[in-house]
Amino acid sequence: MQKRFMAIWFRHLTTDWLTLRRPELKDMPFVFAAPERNRIIITAANPLAEAQGVYRGMAAADAKAITTNLQVLDHLPGKEAKLLRQLGLWCVRYTPTVSVDLPDGLILDISGCTHLWGDERGYLKEIINKLRTSGYDARAAIADTIGTAWAIARYGKTTPIIESGMQAQAILNLPPVALRLEPLVLEKLQKLGFNTVKSFMLIHRSTLRRRFGEGFLLRLAQALGLEDEIIKPLIPPVPYTERLPCMESVRTAKAIEIAIQKLLEGLCARLQAEGKGVRKATLKCYRIDGKMVQTGISTNRGSHSPSHLFKLFELQVSKIEPALGIELFLLEAPKVEDVDTTQEKLWAGNPGLQDTALAELLDRIATKVGPERIRRYLPAERYWPERSIKPAASLSETPATKWRTDRPRPLRLLRRPERVEVMALLPDYPPKVFTYKGRRHMVEKADGPERIEREWWRDKGEHRDYYAVEDADGGRYWLFRLGHYDAAPEWYLHGFFA
Amino acid sequence: MPDTKRELISQLQKNILQWEGYKSPPAGTRELVGLGPVEAAFPNGVFPLGTVHELVCSNTEQATACGGFVTGLLSVLMQNGGACLWIGLSGNLFPSALKAFGVEPDRVIFITLSKDKDVLWAMEEALKCAGLAAVIGELREMDFKQSRRLQLAVEQSQVTGFVLRNQSNKMSSTACAARWQIKPLPGESVDGLPGLGFPRWQVELLRVRNGQPGNWIVEWSDGKFKPIEKQAFQQQKLLVG
Repeated sequence: MQKRFMAIWFRHLTTDWLTLRRPELKDMPFVFAAPERNRIIITAANPLAEAQGVYRGMAAADAKAITTNLQVLDHLPGKEAKLLRQLGLWCVRYTPTVSVDLPDGLILDISGCTHLWGDERGYLKEIINKLRTSGYDARAAIADTIGTAWAIARYGKTTPIIESGMQAQAILNLPPVALRLEPLVLEKLQKLGFNTVKSFMLIHRSTLRRRFGEGFLLRLAQALGLEDEIIKPLIPPVPYTERLPCMESVRTAKAIEIAIQKLLEGLCARLQAEGKGVRKATLKCYRIDGKMVQTGISTNRGSHSPSHLFKLFELQVSKIEPALGIELFLLEAPKVEDVDTTQEKLWAGNPGLQDTALAELLDRIATKVGPERIRRYLPAERYWPERSIKPAASLSETPATKWRTDRPRPLRLLRRPERVEVMALLPDYPPKVFTYKGRRHMVEKADGPERIEREWWRDKGEHRDYYAVEDADGGRYWLFRLGHYDAAPEWYLHGFFA
Repeated sequence: MPDTKRELISQLQKNILQWEGYKSPPAGTRELVGLGPVEAAFPNGVFPLGTVHELVCSNTEQATACGGFVTGLLSVLMQNGGACLWIGLSGNLFPSALKAFGVEPDRVIFITLSKDKDVLWAMEEALKCAGLAAVIGELREMDFKQSRRLQLAVEQSQVTGFVLRNQSNKMSSTACAARWQIKPLPGESVDGLPGLGFPRWQVELLRVRNGQPGNWIVEWSDGKFKPIEKQAFQQQKLLVG
């Protein structure tokens, strides 16, 4: 069967998207711009800006000079690819083979699909109308080859549908840029006065190859259908979900457990085959009274072990309210990650934090009491005691700097320093007596002061002068005086040494 | 004659220990954690690992001393790269200070809970996890049944557990291998210089299963425990006083 392709061109892809996101920009000329060689160059302009003579590749300063109220926004790198992927996945409803054509188009292999919408004209109209009503300014063309469809979508002036075998006639009057050529070749063609495809199509191949290279001939042959062109189709992601409809509604905890087990077996079999593990999973229970109850779990590290995931769900079963009965279970894994299977080692040392059993244990505890209660700390490069540690993001994160041991730090640090009444013999001397929670402590030995300045760029206030003191009973405390020694210095107890 | 009798008795004691499930340590095992005379109080003269220890403390100063003592023990238990779990109610432990007791603070996972019940549950789950070097739980009350659950978990996994009982009113009996009380003592200034000396504690073994209770003075210096002889301590006290 003759292949047929459709090329869609989005004339204002990113600007259309932003207009949809921010409707207030609809009646305003705006452009995206990015710095390039110390100049701010426009990367995309909306129709209103284009109407005022602004075009892609222009310096933003020039554009501002010729327009009255131009908005210049930062270019979003990679946005086109993301948008095209989304639009491409939407187009999968029209054909199974959709490919992204960066920077501003889509290629659809529509062979054998168009009769479902009547004919090619109806098919094309359907897609373009849908895209235009959703806010994207799109143009499309259908031809035997990708090259011709691409050229007609962008530069065609008459009909968007090229009959089978008519590629050569269709592109005759188009400019050479319609052949997807490299800028250098285009420049050469322009210098030599080749303004249309017609003017060089009949020149001998060897001459063209010598002048413009193999790539030029390939593009020409691809447009005419003499060479095949391969596209890379988008593969829509299959969500990780499992369904379990029940013949009879389920009400007991045991039955729910069995349902969870069945769902997990199915899900984990797929995850294992793909080398993935669940980070987050939700169980949705559809009840016969029309309501839906759901519960979720999350793990520290991707897991595809049914027994472990079941243990996590087991803790949640009591929270599921079956009411009159549950008729459908739906298990979804919205967040999965790659799991690296580790080889078992003989004489392996203690795995420490990388132990799978430890990760599973923490998952269980987190499911029961909440993940915010589990913390591991890394050193932060700061002197202010409360900020000298920071929570680690994951179990595998290692400290970037060493733990400091050069200054004494108390084993127990109070969350908030507590006021104490103090008597010091001389200014800047350690205290002689202090009263904490109604008890007087006679200080026998003391170390200090260690002055710790406040981080002035974060908060205002006085510095702290820390003293480590020991009372007659051997209790060791970390006291500080806020600010300098003046009329009424404030003293605080901040920690206990071992 | 008395010599043979003593031999007989010690042989019998060894047999009883074996029957009760205490494996005699491999020959040459001495001082697992460097506590010297304290370790001699335990059956077979070895600090029992793979069991639950209970430390009682009545105020924050003592709780901190207990924390320091346990951290010192951890430094030995975590020597070969293990991780440990510190489950507590207060959450005021300062990780930076652990380094001074020879423990890498980033290998300790802190879990802060609000109820004794939750701490005991988390501790039991953790003690079943054989990959851990140790599990520390800070709580207020623990009855015999709960302590036995912990002991049963430990017998499977051989993890060492420490229960820090803070400000508990009742001293009920528990199934723990030992009950300790650690109190801070005034430190000795180094070479007569002013300032605080090394952390020093009065380590009291209130109850030991099949061992000898007693009390000792231990100091933490140069990254290890240093038992102080009582006489020396008394003399020093006299000199100072």
